[in-house]
Amino acid sequence: MIDIIQQYWKAFLWTDGYHLSGLAVTMWLLVVSIAFGFCASIPLAIARVSRSKWLSRPVWLFSYVFRGTPLYIQLLFFYTGMYSLDIVRDVDILNHFFREGYNCTILAFGLNTCAYTTEIFAGAIKATPYGEIEAGRAYGMNKFTLYRRVIIPSALRRALPAYSNEVILMLHATTVAFTATVPDILKVARDVNAATYDSFDAFGLAALIYLCITFILVALFRKAESKWLAHLRPMKT
Amino acid sequence: MRKVITAVSLALMATSFGAFAKDWKEVRFGVDASYAPFESKAPDGKLVGFDIDLGNEICARLKAKCVWVENDFDGMIPALKAKKFDGVLSSMSINEARLKEINFSAKLFNTPTRMVAKAGSGLMPTAASLKGKRVGVEQGTIQEAYAKAHWAPGGVEVVPYQNQSLVLADLASGRLDASLQDAIQADEGFLKKPEGKGFAFAGGDLNDPKTLGTGAGIGLRKEDTDLKAAIDKAIAGMLKDGTYKKIEKKYFKFDVYGK
Repeated sequence: MIDIIQQYWKAFLWTDGYHLSGLAVTMWLLVVSIAFGFCASIPLAIARVSRSKWLSRPVWLFSYVFRGTPLYIQLLFFYTGMYSLDIVRDVDILNHFFREGYNCTILAFGLNTCAYTTEIFAGAIKATPYGEIEAGRAYGMNKFTLYRRVIIPSALRRALPAYSNEVILMLHATTVAFTATVPDILKVARDVNAATYDSFDAFGLAALIYLCITFILVALFRKAESKWLAHLRPMKT
Repeated sequence: MRKVITAVSLALMATSFGAFAKDWKEVRFGVDASYAPFESKAPDGKLVGFDIDLGNEICARLKAKCVWVENDFDGMIPALKAKKFDGVLSSMSINEARLKEINFSAKLFNTPTRMVAKAGSGLMPTAASLKGKRVGVEQGTIQEAYAKAHWAPGGVEVVPYQNQSLVLADLASGRLDASLQDAIQADEGFLKKPEGKGFAFAGGDLNDPKTLGTGAGIGLRKEDTDLKAAIDKAIAGMLKDGTYKKIEKKYFKFDVYGK
């Protein structure tokens, strides 16, 4: 155990000597895909609950496809599948983009988490108490202002517990990244296993690192909830 | 209670002593039948391949009955120690990490490691020729160790993959400039197939005992020194009287025993 830590702690945390690896890569994947998913999911969630079929149906289809297929297959599709098409390799910008495993991974992860987040936010928007909307209308707000000032802030707050779950699930999902040659924590654990045959320590160490990240994420979301969901807490007597 | 413990431990000692004194009427080999042409399954379910023929020949020379036990490759060493079988005969390379856990028979074969690249690319398996290029290797293989030790410091981008088929897929699609692997695996699994069209071996066999090892042998438990002696004798006999060459010819057009 001590030997493994001494030899591999750098690879587990940030570098294998030539490239980023381990924790640094996992966190990078998590932060970028979650950021992309969050930004894209707010307009998509609004479209998802729209009365217009032309807006809601395409979003429904998108989220149905990405929630209905395993992330592993989506990653293989974007990494191996797309690059085997001639058209992707002939168009310069596509070729540049899909050549890099990192880009394919972020694309797959971002779209996947975006689909789930869209559904979470759409559900929260649908569950907005009617009184809040009526109050906004009574003030003479138009639809845009109503969304910006009332519906979105209220929905995002109420979605926080479900959203924290999605972020943690996304952290676990990053373990498939090595399929696209992206060296995350699990890849380093596999290296250790192959080099030492000490499977218990190799995967045990990786599990410990994931546990630490989850612990920090949970603590952060607790803090966020106690700040932004304070109005939903039972009153102190 | 104490009496029971004494009786049990005595019984255990007796059985372990019995196992030690056994004169190998039956030898059980662990095999992962997924690596043609060394070990694979015929359509009728029978085990076939170079390793299987060698094992059966060894058993015949030991005047023992051969029993083949199928097991996943990554679980071979624990299973051997747990006495699920007496030897691992499944193209297992002899290397230092494994020698810490188990013993090995004399070498059975040593297949060459070679690089594959686009035909006519002019790339050679040296750090100078590959500088700035991407070379794919399978994670955990001796080839990965070689590329990382000899090429990566010279500015070659060595990309480890989860398995060999992903390496070859990326070589075919053009993401990789070259791939480094077992020559037989590359030949059977890629170059002879339609997707390997336009690709060829680049440069000759690579040699480096430190990373590439000294070939494959039969993995044995450290305490079974009598079995190792008997098997080593059988292997030496096969090499001497030409039986090895006869079996080799069935599967390969070249020398797999190596240096």
